[in-house]
Amino acid sequence: MKQRGRILLGLYCLLVAVWLVAPTIVVVPMSFNDKKSLAFPPSGFSWQWYQNFFTSPEWSASLVGSLKVAVVTAVFATVIGTLAAFGLDRMKSRVSGVLRALLITPMVVPGVVLAVGIYAVYLDMRLVGTMTGFVLAHTMLAVPFVIIAVSASLEVFDKRLETAAASLGATRLTAFRTVTLPLIAPGILSGLLFAFVTSFDEIIVALFITSPYLKTLPVQIFSSITRDADPTVAAVGTLLFITTSLVIGAGLLIGSRQGKR
Amino acid sequence: MASPSARGAAIDLKSVSKHYGSFIALDKVSLHIEPGEFMTLLGPSGSGKTTTLNVIAGFTEVSSGSLDVGGKSVIGVPAHKRNIGVVFQHYALFPHMTVSRNVAYPLTLRGIANPDRAARVRKALDMVKMADFGHRFPSELSGGQQQRVALARAIVFDPPLLLMDEPLGALDKKLREWLQLEIKRIHRELGTTFVYVTHDQEEALVLSDRIAVFNQGRIEQIGTGRQLYDEPETLFVGKFVGDSTILRGAASTSGNETAIDVAGRKVAAAKRLPDGAKPVMLLRPEKLGLARRGKGGQDRNTLPGRIGEAIYLGSGSKYEVVLADTSKAIVRSTLDAETFAIGDEVDLVFAGSDVKLLADDENADFTLT
Repeated sequence: MKQRGRILLGLYCLLVAVWLVAPTIVVVPMSFNDKKSLAFPPSGFSWQWYQNFFTSPEWSASLVGSLKVAVVTAVFATVIGTLAAFGLDRMKSRVSGVLRALLITPMVVPGVVLAVGIYAVYLDMRLVGTMTGFVLAHTMLAVPFVIIAVSASLEVFDKRLETAAASLGATRLTAFRTVTLPLIAPGILSGLLFAFVTSFDEIIVALFITSPYLKTLPVQIFSSITRDADPTVAAVGTLLFITTSLVIGAGLLIGSRQGKR
Repeated sequence: MASPSARGAAIDLKSVSKHYGSFIALDKVSLHIEPGEFMTLLGPSGSGKTTTLNVIAGFTEVSSGSLDVGGKSVIGVPAHKRNIGVVFQHYALFPHMTVSRNVAYPLTLRGIANPDRAARVRKALDMVKMADFGHRFPSELSGGQQQRVALARAIVFDPPLLLMDEPLGALDKKLREWLQLEIKRIHRELGTTFVYVTHDQEEALVLSDRIAVFNQGRIEQIGTGRQLYDEPETLFVGKFVGDSTILRGAASTSGNETAIDVAGRKVAAAKRLPDGAKPVMLLRPEKLGLARRGKGGQDRNTLPGRIGEAIYLGSGSKYEVVLADTSKAIVRSTLDAETFAIGDEVDLVFAGSDVKLLADDENADFTLT
């Protein structure tokens, strides 16, 4: 009886897992199609779409654009988010709860709403299609992820260590640099990775503020697929899937490792 | 190492108060600590002993009063500039640094480079007998070992004053007793002024040159362990330091003598209290004897009672005697003395000269947590 229950539970879990992962997995065989079609299952095998991705100027320009935006966004979001998390952690008043909720809103507000707002403002300020515009918008979207990651590690950080450092002669800044920062570094690093991925994956806002001069990879995918059935999209999708999984996996791994020592 | 007395700093608190809103954590506390002295701040939780320590360390600013360390006022001086070693109950070792790096931390901050730094780290670890553990991380050490490393870190920069906040509070009894002796030895070898906070009166008696007893934000009495035990000035001190039996009853005075009526028997002391004070009498367990009912002798005070609890301690026995007025007396007897069983009818026997006359105080009760 007990045995059968276990088997049923296992089967159920497998079903849910397949359901969650299937749409992503479907893309992988499609990217090796030998015809210019997005049919599933594919009719033959070839590497040509990967080749196309790395050789076509359109695709490589959008990859470089995406990487640039994501790296700069990750750095800005990490600095801002870490400082914000630290400030919220040290605030004694009840305002900190309200402030925290406010800072997390970009995660909760529907992307389209944000996108329309950003687009309207950017039009006036001539920020549409610019690097500055992308970094500003994506940083705002990524900051909440950093705040959440860093707050989690500040939660387990023993503040009394800073008092101990002070008694040993450390100024507040020195104590932060030599004690607090190394101990919350895993949180900061996982925040950084999440911020990078948030920007690298972002499509809604990017669609609104894109221009022929600056396109990110998701925008390029979208415009390509609306134009014709180009399996390069599947190749890009597969590459994105692999990189994102690796980055997020690393982030989770680093995050879970903190506090063990 | 320099001669002991030259290395310790004197501490002078004058009328130090600390308020948190309407709560008074410290109420005009004055305390002078001699250079090189081992001073223990003893009291129940919330009595102000830790606040006093935090004030000296610079973690808490005073609301009013003056504080001199080594003859100089340190009011307004931040903790990191005070050059005072602090050992915490929770060890507070930096988990991302090895033992050696933890101990080297205050030296690095002071710009002391190798090889001098390494030599001093080794010397400090030697002193706490942790020299072989330099490459370990704190998480790889037991509580007692961590606390010894924390002690090494607090003395490695030769502070003239070392503060310890219940450093043995998280350790078990045997280890605690052994580390008490270690701390005593280190104090003797360093000659640094030690200020030690504890709620454990036995620990205070073992360690200290002098003890300041705290209650409700004030110091009740300052003195050696013997003074506190033999001559408590307040009821709180009498109850908090050592076991005690408290006798209460209707009081009468005649000439230079005060007597109280304990369930029909008069107990007298050759002393008078200031007017308005309600007298109570305190007796230490060693000063009390037990005899079978009616065999207590005529030349001494006797009070009838019944054995309520008998505890065998190895080195002797401890009895709780329920007196006629239902109050309880605590008696400690030696191994060779007559033994009694629960329910035995006895006489409590004591000399009039051993009775301590004190003023009653409704704030003398305390809770240990």
